Amino acid sequence: MASPSLRGNLIALGLLGLAVIAAFALGRFPVSPGDILRSIWSWLTGTPSGLSQQIETVIWNIRGPRVLAAILCGAALAVAGAAFQGLFRNPLVSPDILGASSGAALGAVIGIYFSLGLLAIQLAAFAGGLVAVAAVYAVGSTIRRGDPVLVLVLTGVVVGSLLGAGIGLIKYWADPYNQLPAITFWLLGSLAGTARPDLVPLLGPVLIGTGVLLALRWRMNVMSLPEEEARALGLATGPLRIAIVAAATLVTAASVAAAGIIGWVGLVVPHLARFLVGPDFGRLLPTAAILGGGYLLAIDTLARTAAPVETPLGILTAVVGTPFFIWLLASARGGWS
Amino acid sequence: MSLSASALAYGYPAREIGRDIELALQAGEVMALLGPNGHGKTTLLKTMLGLLPARGGGLSLNGQALETLGAGARARALGYVPQAHAGTFAFSVAEMVLMGRTAHAGLFAAPSAHDRTVARAMLERLGIAALAERPYTEISGGERQLALVARALAQEPRYIILDEPTASLDFGNQGKVMAQIRRLAAEGLGVLFTTHDPNQALRYADRVMLLRDGRALASGPAAALLTQDNLVALYGSAVEIVRDADGRLAFLPG
Repeated sequence: MASPSLRGNLIALGLLGLAVIAAFALGRFPVSPGDILRSIWSWLTGTPSGLSQQIETVIWNIRGPRVLAAILCGAALAVAGAAFQGLFRNPLVSPDILGASSGAALGAVIGIYFSLGLLAIQLAAFAGGLVAVAAVYAVGSTIRRGDPVLVLVLTGVVVGSLLGAGIGLIKYWADPYNQLPAITFWLLGSLAGTARPDLVPLLGPVLIGTGVLLALRWRMNVMSLPEEEARALGLATGPLRIAIVAAATLVTAASVAAAGIIGWVGLVVPHLARFLVGPDFGRLLPTAAILGGGYLLAIDTLARTAAPVETPLGILTAVVGTPFFIWLLASARGGWS
Repeated sequence: MSLSASALAYGYPAREIGRDIELALQAGEVMALLGPNGHGKTTLLKTMLGLLPARGGGLSLNGQALETLGAGARARALGYVPQAHAGTFAFSVAEMVLMGRTAHAGLFAAPSAHDRTVARAMLERLGIAALAERPYTEISGGERQLALVARALAQEPRYIILDEPTASLDFGNQGKVMAQIRRLAAEGLGVLFTTHDPNQALRYADRVMLLRDGRALASGPAAALLTQDNLVALYGSAVEIVRDADGRLAFLPG
C-alpha cells in the first residue's frame, strides 16, 4: 500500500525539481543548479560564492522570491481545491466555489480604484476573500432546508455573481488610463515584480491553513461521504465544515492577494494528485501541494519566457486547463450529485 | 439493554411524519420495519439514529437519553448502513470500512494499527477481504452493501440499523446479506432494518413493526403479525398467501 503513494510522491517531487531548475535556467539571466547550490552554500557558511553580483541578485532578490511565490500559490490553490472538492463531494469544484477568489478580486479592485499602496491592495484582497466566504456561510446557514452542502454551493454561486457585478461596476467607474489596466492585469493573475517581502504574508496563511487541513486529513475523508453518513459515523459535521472552509479560504485568499486571480490550478491539480496517490487526504494533500507548486512554477516560467511581454498566468492556466477539463467531463464515471 | 422509543413523534422541523411510536430493540434480536413507500420508515430510522431530533416523546439507549450523547458516543453504540450508493471518490474498500473507526480516533488522528486490524477483521467476517484494495466505486451493488455493513460493524456498535439493505440487490445477494444480518443478531447485536418484502421479514426477523401514515399499525412477533389481513391493511392492496405442506407461508402481491 505504501509503494504506489511513494512512487506518486517521487514523481511529484521530480516534476517540482525539474520546474525549479527550468525556472532558474530560463530567462535573461540564466542560473544553473550549481550556481544556486554555491550561492546557498555561501549564505550558510559565510564564505564567498565566486558568483557575480548580478547572479546573486537574480537568485536572492528577483527569481528566487518569484519561484517560491509560484510554488506557494500553486500549492495553496491545489490544497484548497482538494479540500473543497472533498467537502462538496464533487470533483468538479474549484477553490472559488464559495466566492473566495471573487471576494478577494473585489477587495483588490476597490483598493486599486482608491489608489491604495500595493500592501494595502493585498490586504484588501485578503480581507475581501475572507469576508465573501463568511457572508456566503452566514446566508447559507440561515436557510434551513435541504442538504446544507447544496445550499452552501448555491449561495456561493449567487453571492459570487453579485461580487462579479461589483467588480464590473468599479471597472466601469475606473480611470481607463491609469486604473483599468492595473485592474485587468490583477484580474488575470501575475507574479511579476514579486519581491522577498511579499513572501511573508503568503507563507504564514498558507502554512497555517495547510497545517489545519493536514491535521483534519482523516475527518476530511469521512466528510466526503453523504452528510448523514458522516454524522452517523460520529462526526460533528457543522463545526468541521466551518474549520475546513476557513482553512481552505485562508490559503486561497493569501494566494489571490499575492498573485491575483489564477483559475484552473485548484480544479485540475487535485485530479492529477488523486490519480497518483488515491483519494485519501492524508496522502492526497501533500501530493497535491507538491504538484500544484511545480505546476504553477512551470506555468509562471512559461509566462515569463514565452513572449517578449509577460503573459498573464490566468490565461495560460486556462489554455492548459480547458482541454484537461473537457477530458475529465468525457471520462468521469458518475459521482456527480 | 435496549434501544427504545416511547411516545416518539418524529419528522422534520416544519413537518411531522409520524407519532406514538413505542419500540424497544433488544440486543440479539432482529426487528423489521414494514410499510408502504413514503410512510415514514426511513425518517423513523434517522430519528432512531439521532440524525434527526425527536419532535416529541423520547429515545433512550440502554436507559440513557439519546440526545444527551455526543456524535462520537452515538456512533460507538449505533451503526448505520445506508442504502448503497456509488460514492464520489475512489476510496478502496479497506479505506471505506476503516471510516467506521472514525468515532474511535481522536480529532486530529488517523486510524491506528488497531483500527486497521478491526477493519480487516470485519472485512473477513463478511467474506469480502479479497475486495480490500479494490476501489469502492467499481465493485458491484451487493459488494457495496456488504462493505457498508462491514463499515457499520467496524464502529463496534451494539445496535445496527439498516435502511432497505437489499433494495438494490439481486436475488442471490439478498439472501447473502440477510443471512449475515441473522448471524450478527446471533452474535449479540440488536438489528433493526426496513424492507419492502414481508417474506424477508417473516424469514429473518424476530419481531416486526407495521408502519402506516407514520404510526404503528401493529408491533409484535413476526409470525403472529404477518397475516393476510394485516398486510392488506398495511399496503391497502390485495395480498395472496401461499402455504406449503409443512405449513410455511409466503406472500405474493396482487
